[in-house]
Amino acid sequence: MIAFDYIRPADETAALHAATERPGARFIAGGTNLLDLMKLGIERPRYLVDIGALDLREVTETSEGGLRIGALVTNAALAAHPLVRQRYPVLSQAILAGASGQLRNKATTGGNLLQRTRCYFFYDPASPCNKREPGAGCSAIGGFNRIMAILGTSAHCIASHPSDMAVAMRALDARVETRLPDGQTSSRTLEALYRLPGETPHVDHRLAPGELITAVVLPPPPAGRQSYRKVRDRASYAFALVSVAAVVSMREGRITEATLAFGGVGTMPWRNRKAEALLIGQAPSAALFERCADAVLAEATGHGGNDFKIPLLRRTLVASLAKLTGGEP
Amino acid sequence: MSWIEADSGAALTLSVNGMRHDLKLDARVTLLDALREHLQLTGTKKGCDHGQCGACTVLVNGRRINSCLSLAVMHQADEITTIEGLGTAENLHPLQAAFVAKDGFQCGYCTSGQICSAIGMLGEWREGWPSHLGDRADAAPAIDAAEIRERMSGNLCRCAAYPRIVEAIEHYATHEGADA
Ligand code: FES
Ligand code: FES
Repeated sequence: MIAFDYIRPADETAALHAATERPGARFIAGGTNLLDLMKLGIERPRYLVDIGALDLREVTETSEGGLRIGALVTNAALAAHPLVRQRYPVLSQAILAGASGQLRNKATTGGNLLQRTRCYFFYDPASPCNKREPGAGCSAIGGFNRIMAILGTSAHCIASHPSDMAVAMRALDARVETRLPDGQTSSRTLEALYRLPGETPHVDHRLAPGELITAVVLPPPPAGRQSYRKVRDRASYAFALVSVAAVVSMREGRITEATLAFGGVGTMPWRNRKAEALLIGQAPSAALFERCADAVLAEATGHGGNDFKIPLLRRTLVASLAKLTGGEP
Repeated sequence: MSWIEADSGAALTLSVNGMRHDLKLDARVTLLDALREHLQLTGTKKGCDHGQCGACTVLVNGRRINSCLSLAVMHQADEITTIEGLGTAENLHPLQAAFVAKDGFQCGYCTSGQICSAIGMLGEWREGWPSHLGDRADAAPAIDAAEIRERMSGNLCRCAAYPRIVEAIEHYATHEGADA
């Protein structure tokens, strides 16, 4: 770990000021990903602004009937929050399907969104990796790539996004609120927070330097049933090979609303509105679910070691839809 | 509030097992290294140093965390409890006694992390926190082996003493949990 200057400001204004005072400064909250990467020399911040003392730990109801989740609410607290369990079970389930009890107690809402890929080569400074070192090449393309993405990839990077929480938030149409160094605030969807790797895979997101995530806002709870289904290499404490967050509502035997988001398969938490639209107005059936999976997978590309994710995503999606539209509560 | 410069080191106070300690540390020192190398509290173990094994688990304000993935300088406002604060050789914590009685270890390297994690985990269970297995903690009378396995998945045991670790925690939770 390289040496860094450290500060723990007492409030947002001081934190934003600190981050502009020393350009290149990084915010640190739970630290469960950033510190890990600093130990390996993969992240090398010279200035750390510890935001742990900021007043961003509340979950409150919004006037629209949604929830505002402070950026420092821990993953554990969010998953256990009564209103999240009651109204947004897909979010609670997604968080509890990830990491360990210890990590969830430390990891925060904002930090979880910005965690970096778990690609083996990104973590191994001895291997070329365009995300770690622009222009170095990608060791996963043509190499061992079992856990890599099949959607949103480029010729330069096929690393998958590791978050479970963000997948549920994408299905729930969450918005990310930030504050900029000049005090302005902004609000964006998760789609607008992240970026695809393209030719610059080292840039994961669209936040400006010194821009601080302050909250995630959930719209009023969607009608219908919700579920998070995750397939992984062991029963607990493993990243997703494939996951499906689904919210489906039915009336008189027909699907009236459906949102679907996918984890483990995309270079960002994935969503496909065309595939969702196919379901609307239809009666649930195996053929319908297969057509929906066809649409999700239309642009999927395997790289050899991860080809299995294509049928696995199909089956996981079909199983989720069958369960959510089936008879049992 | 001002910057601690990289080359100057941080003067800080840590509250560990009810005692306050003044330290002067490089800001890079993790909570784990502060405990082991600077306070000589070597009961907390370093396994992976990357948040993957749970050997370094301690309680911070009653919540279990991986002390290897946190900087000491971030914990000045916190109350830290390590295995040394739970029990001593002469006066074992009842969960330590359960690990001895049930043979919940072989080499013992993961044990302090297992015990600190289990104490935190049972607190979470009593507060009704859900797990990947569902929303059972509110309704269920006592924790069962399946819940213990799921909730303790962040603690690895290279000796694979898992069956006895689960037994020890289950025994403690059903017999002694009330006065924990
Ligand atoms: S030493 Fe901290 S989790 Fe392994
Ligand atoms: S008893 Fe040896 S690692 Fe668990």
